[in-house]
Amino acid sequence: MSVVSENASEATQSPLIVWSQILPWIMASVLLAALPFVFGSGSALTIMNQMAITIIFALAYNMLLGQGGMLSFGHAVYMGLGGFFCVHLMNMVEYDNLWLPLPFLPLFGGLFGLMFATIIGLFSTRRAGTVFAMISLGVGELIAASSIIVVAFFGGEEGVSGDRTMGPTALGIDFASQKEVYYLTAFWLVLSALAMFLFSRTPMGRIANAVRDNEERAEFLGYSQRYVRLISFCASGFFCGIAGGLFAINFEILTQENLDLTSSGIILLITFLGGVGFFIGPIIGAIVFTMLQTVLSLYTEIWQLYLGVLFLMTVMFFPAGLTGLLAMHSLPYRLGKFSLLLVPYAKMALPALVLVLSSASLLELLFHARHASVGENEMTLFGITFDSHALTPWIVLVVLLVGSFMIVKRQAPSLYDAWQSANHMEPRS
Amino acid sequence: MSLIIVNLLDGLVTGLLLFMLCSGLTLIFSMMGVLNFAHASFYMLGAYFAYQISTYLGFWVGLLVAPFVVGLAGALVERYGLRRVHKYGHVPELIFTFGLALLIEELVQFIWGKSQMAYEQPPALDFTAFAIAGNAFPAYKMFMIFIAMGIFLLLLYILTRTRIGMIIQAALSYPHTVQNLGHNVPLIFMGVFGVGTALAGLAGVIAGPALGTFPGMAFQLGSIVFVTIVIGGLGSLWGALFASLLIGWLQTFAASYNIRFADIFEFFGFTPPVDMANSALRDLWTLTVPQIGPILPYLLMVAVLVIRPQGLFGRRET
Repeated sequence: MSVVSENASEATQSPLIVWSQILPWIMASVLLAALPFVFGSGSALTIMNQMAITIIFALAYNMLLGQGGMLSFGHAVYMGLGGFFCVHLMNMVEYDNLWLPLPFLPLFGGLFGLMFATIIGLFSTRRAGTVFAMISLGVGELIAASSIIVVAFFGGEEGVSGDRTMGPTALGIDFASQKEVYYLTAFWLVLSALAMFLFSRTPMGRIANAVRDNEERAEFLGYSQRYVRLISFCASGFFCGIAGGLFAINFEILTQENLDLTSSGIILLITFLGGVGFFIGPIIGAIVFTMLQTVLSLYTEIWQLYLGVLFLMTVMFFPAGLTGLLAMHSLPYRLGKFSLLLVPYAKMALPALVLVLSSASLLELLFHARHASVGENEMTLFGITFDSHALTPWIVLVVLLVGSFMIVKRQAPSLYDAWQSANHMEPRS
Repeated sequence: MSLIIVNLLDGLVTGLLLFMLCSGLTLIFSMMGVLNFAHASFYMLGAYFAYQISTYLGFWVGLLVAPFVVGLAGALVERYGLRRVHKYGHVPELIFTFGLALLIEELVQFIWGKSQMAYEQPPALDFTAFAIAGNAFPAYKMFMIFIAMGIFLLLLYILTRTRIGMIIQAALSYPHTVQNLGHNVPLIFMGVFGVGTALAGLAGVIAGPALGTFPGMAFQLGSIVFVTIVIGGLGSLWGALFASLLIGWLQTFAASYNIRFADIFEFFGFTPPVDMANSALRDLWTLTVPQIGPILPYLLMVAVLVIRPQGLFGRRET
């Protein structure tokens, strides 16, 4: 581990800059800068922008759920309000000659989110757990419902829209092209992710963890649990507002949908899917979710059903999320026994894939047989076209499903044994 | 005056319906400490199951069978889902029930599609029970009131007057002691979860024809149900009853009196802004009471939490 700081030679002083911690950030920045050269098409840029915004939102959400232990069911409100405020600012730039360069817009979204989170947080952070969750749900629904009433700010049913290209320009950048917006979003992504990471390393961030794990003990150490939760809540609201501002810049429109329970539920799903116990968890969750959403919604009408099943399976079997699943493998890797797992994994891969695909196909078949318009009996799955009302595809799929399930079940004990021995450290002789 | 009586009755219907959901939710909460986010989804399942049964066997069979099916589904969810997640703590439990609510909505759309079902009240109840000054009161609403009242009295009797009720009440407060006395506490938990969801299912069966049977019905009522039990005080059955009726009446009365906010402001001596179209406060001036009806329960919840965080009837600060 190489150390840059001059003073770090003293053993008692911890090094100021640790390269192994900085390197991932530099690599991520370089990757973000290089991505448009690989995926330069308009739709790819749109997806990447959406991903970046979701990452900021999910990271901000995890400041509450993962680091503070507070489950919020109404967090879309803070992102949405920041976004609405930014659209209004954009319109003021356009019509009222407000001098505000576009790159700074998300900051004001963040400040608006912060302001609102402070107001709500003053009474909602009194308690954690179930009560906090219920209050967040109630406040979220309250604001989502008032968005139809308060037309001046929320624009009623059609929402409010703006134009990002009307602001003062510098160096000839007017943010008319998708690529310029991408770099702006990527810049804010790195900045906010770094800020959130550093926040989690401050004494404040550590105390938030302490309050999450045992609020009484933290209180006896002299920290007000309520105050600690309020600070976390406000910080989270700030970063949600930044995500909202970026959303406003990207899509130039915000509607009631940005505030409602569905959006709040999706961010919970993303964060939990990625893994709440790790800083990188929400990032992985956001990337995987956006990819799944984009790809699945192209091919199937019932993609939300699959996501629901995936989410429930994650909660029941892998509460540490995808990142937790990856992190489980670090011990076998460090013990040098990772190779023990390769063969059982390879044996399991094909039957498991067939199991997943055949159950999904059965669902598709059932859905088609029930809901396709009358007379339309042909459907296509994996490039094969067949009659969904005939008996043959049903038999084939059921046989595949049952067969692959039997094989998976028979393989499971050997995989379990391999896992046990890969995680077992022999005493040195 | 007659309008007030009609509104009182309408509000009673809404309130009692809410209470059928809230009572089960409160029982489950005080027992396991977990708020079942999917409770309203079981209400929706009740309506859909009853509709499906009624297409073959008629409304009355659906009324009897559907709640049992829903209760069975609830018990299975407790046994094979919730009990599994229980060891991870309360927050994952809450997330589990939230995911379950999403999944049930998707499943309902998968099986029955997105449009509203033609689930209707039985012909035997399709008449006007009585009329007050020209306002007809349908017999089906009377039927809903009787069912809900009957269930409430039955529940009260079982919980306070029977041996089973005593054991349940004891298991709520001292599960370990009750277990040591030789009762099967996990089974009691599963049973209460099943009965709670069956009650929600029954509410769905009788509300389906009146309020519509569609995939959004769970989330539409669900958040109101949570607001209600927070207002009443988490874990308090009487609080749930009081808050349900309060919210039922609040919403009914707000919907039927078309008072403009502008009139109220002018009464207190404010003058409307000259340039109404560009005023930032224009929404306040054009607002009417029926418009704010849907957000009243949430406003009430925020007010209650600020003034009395444990809820109206809650004993401890939750």
